[in-house]
Amino acid sequence: MRGDSGFPVRMRYSKRGKVRFVGHRDVARGFERAFRIVGLPLAFTLGFSPRPKVSFGLALSVGHESDAEFLDVELSEPIDLDGLPEALTDALPEGIVVTGIAALADRAPALQEAVTAVEWQIEVTAPDGDAPAPLVVARLAAATMAAPSVCVLRTRKGRETEADIRPALRRIEVLGASEHGVLLEVEVSTQPVGVRAGEVLAALGDELAERRVLRTGQWIERGGARLEPLAADPRRAVEARAS
Amino acid sequence: MSNLWPRIEPLLARVEKPARYIGMERGSRQPVHRPDAVAWLLVYPDTYEIGLPNQGLQILYEILNERRDAVAERSYAPWLDLEGEMRGARVPFFSVDTHRPAADFDVLAFNLSAELVYTNLLNCLDLAGVPVRAEARADLDPLVLAGGHCAFNPEPLADFVDAFVIGDGEEPVGEITEVVNAWKRGGRVGGREAVLHDLATITGVYVPSMYDVEYDGAWIRSVTPRYADVPAVVDKRTVADLAEWPYPKQQLVPLIEVVHDRLNVEIFRGCTRGCRFCQAGMITRPVRERPADQVRTMVERGLERTGYDEVALTSLSSADYSGIDTLVGDLINEQSGCGNVGLSLPSLRVDAFTVGVASQIQKVRRTGLTFAPEGGSWRIRQVINKLITEEDLYTAVDAAYSQGWRRVKLYFLVGLPTEMDEDTLGIAELARQVVAVGRKHTKQASATVSVGGFVPKPHTPFQWFGQNGSQELRRKIWLLRDDLKRTGAQVKWHDPDATFAEGLASRGDRRIGRVIERVWRDGGTFQEWSEHFRLDRWTDAMAAEGLDPDWYVTRHRTQDEILPWEHIAAGLHKDFLWQDWQAALAEHGLPDCRWTPCYDCGVCTDYAIEHIVASPVPPAGGSQGTGQDLSRGDSVPVVLLETRGAGAGTERPGVAQAGATQ
Repeated sequence: MRGDSGFPVRMRYSKRGKVRFVGHRDVARGFERAFRIVGLPLAFTLGFSPRPKVSFGLALSVGHESDAEFLDVELSEPIDLDGLPEALTDALPEGIVVTGIAALADRAPALQEAVTAVEWQIEVTAPDGDAPAPLVVARLAAATMAAPSVCVLRTRKGRETEADIRPALRRIEVLGASEHGVLLEVEVSTQPVGVRAGEVLAALGDELAERRVLRTGQWIERGGARLEPLAADPRRAVEARAS
Repeated sequence: MSNLWPRIEPLLARVEKPARYIGMERGSRQPVHRPDAVAWLLVYPDTYEIGLPNQGLQILYEILNERRDAVAERSYAPWLDLEGEMRGARVPFFSVDTHRPAADFDVLAFNLSAELVYTNLLNCLDLAGVPVRAEARADLDPLVLAGGHCAFNPEPLADFVDAFVIGDGEEPVGEITEVVNAWKRGGRVGGREAVLHDLATITGVYVPSMYDVEYDGAWIRSVTPRYADVPAVVDKRTVADLAEWPYPKQQLVPLIEVVHDRLNVEIFRGCTRGCRFCQAGMITRPVRERPADQVRTMVERGLERTGYDEVALTSLSSADYSGIDTLVGDLINEQSGCGNVGLSLPSLRVDAFTVGVASQIQKVRRTGLTFAPEGGSWRIRQVINKLITEEDLYTAVDAAYSQGWRRVKLYFLVGLPTEMDEDTLGIAELARQVVAVGRKHTKQASATVSVGGFVPKPHTPFQWFGQNGSQELRRKIWLLRDDLKRTGAQVKWHDPDATFAEGLASRGDRRIGRVIERVWRDGGTFQEWSEHFRLDRWTDAMAAEGLDPDWYVTRHRTQDEILPWEHIAAGLHKDFLWQDWQAALAEHGLPDCRWTPCYDCGVCTDYAIEHIVASPVPPAGGSQGTGQDLSRGDSVPVVLLETRGAGAGTERPGVAQAGATQ
């Protein structure tokens, strides 16, 4: 629960190019610096070690790109959002672009709990880097979706466990041949437990290798409606001007 | 114009922390290379996280890129995983700014902050496809330069480095650029020998191949320049006035967490406390303070630009800055408007005044405070000239605990000259007392004792001292550890074996080059990292070269022998250092010449430079390094050295007692 005293704001950003090699925690630190550079009036936690109240959504694996990353930050006073996406983009590392900001309604649910589905575009090749036939990829996708359970190995706290990700898999679709291989579109549930793009690929078998992964969407599904996180609990929203 | 990125990118998917290799930091440049600009690759031969914050490298990066006749990029040693991938895919060592092959640069300039990175320097050259040995390089190969504190004994790397820069690099990099540019544009007439000869005539530049070294058995007989216009002794360079060099103006903001990850503003350079073990304090004299207004401006602009929420005021002893309390007070008041900016002062003195300043700045997050008494007894602290009394320490610690700190960290050296087990056990006694003082304030009070093995360094009064061997250091550390069991004090220590290898490189001569090469060929890179360090690589290499490790490490040097770095001058006269060494053995302190009359160490007088300090009086409180016990009325024996030359060659220096003795 949020918004008891401050003014929550939700941002959407993309992360593309070399910066995709920067991990989630470091991106978060980059945002905190950018907030200070543009002089955003941040609300701080109480206590010995006050921290800005920033919460990020689902982590993005190091090396993966995204057009649909989100974070919530609480401000100490309401501010004019016009021009803020562009100002933040200038203060952020190259490749991170703030594409929209919405002032949230009080008590909007946090991103981590609210997001229920994500969508990926995954470019795959054969393990040797050659392009596989789209039909072969389609067969593997169909077989995976037809299986009653799909087990992958997961490392948690240094221990390997098996997890069945089949319940989270909603859709694996072959979009066609791409520059280096075949392009897939994948949609998965994030609740109760998320699935990584790498795990989806592992589920497809060792005939395919990951070439590029792009997160294309995150969704909040509520009462039958499928909402983009910026549109879920808005007070007001601005989109970045196309440059 | 080759950009290796398309070949590097697929490798990064398979390595740890790939963001080490992408560049793109705020403040970084993507310079356009031109035939009429000398291309410098500035290399820190350790990991990105250690190397990125290095201020020296960042300063030169800016100064060179501001010039019309130079461009500069950066690189760091790739970690073993990427090195393996690079060798497998035949991708050469590259710059992180434009991912250009290192061999395409005119100059590869290495920063040498520690001896144990030497093998990494060789590895970077090899990865670049540049011949590791200087003599094997062709005209079109890059010039290999090195600078930093370790360059004050360049000899162990003489086989591999074309030219060293001794001292502050701000000015010589421009002069080097001009020489290299003229040579390049003139069609490289005379080949490598010609450009190296020209470089050797620049003040502060040492070109090892321009000097012949003759030996007399194990000893050095002579070091002779090969040309009349090459100086017999290479003098260090010194920036006379720090105010003229407000760099870095655009401190790099890394995308991943690094050490010292904050805004760093250098408030002064040099230190004349005269701690006899401290090479930095000896080779960076005199003290040059940055004007307070400039510090304030650099802090303000730096915070605005970087978005950092912490700024460190850096120097070798930050509480000694004239008017540090006023400066700190001003900065806190100016910052209070824009939220929670933290201020930190590394390298703190041990006294209550300092704790007062620290408590002013660390209003929140009072977790740990670090003091460095360095020696466990008053006697040994007089030997090393770190004149902290027990009262200083306990008052400081009492102030710290009473003001909310719960953990105190204490730094000590073991293996110091004249050290006896009483001195080592004195460390334990100090630690116990510190915990006891703390327990009066909080039950949670604890102390961490961090122990390093002492490595004698060139250009210090201890350069003649035979280092303690690994066994002896280990024995002393064990002694200390056993004595501190179940006392609330925790002991941490450096690996004595690594200390031994550091000693080998620290005071080595040219013959150690072969040893470094063997260690590197045997896979011994990243020797600063304990998981990759093995002493037998070094001792095996010594044996293979027919060299005796103890002759280099544990042997006391004699006054008449030629030390391998004697043709490099830090400005300190050899007879001053010898006298100070004798004074150390006699357990006499030496005052700080900022606040007491000049004892003519040689630096200011020889180089016609002076201290630049805003205040002629010592800081309030405490006795450390002022040579007087200010709290008890000047009862510390102080040595005033007679003018240079008078005491030279005698076994007892000309010593006069100043101040009342007890």
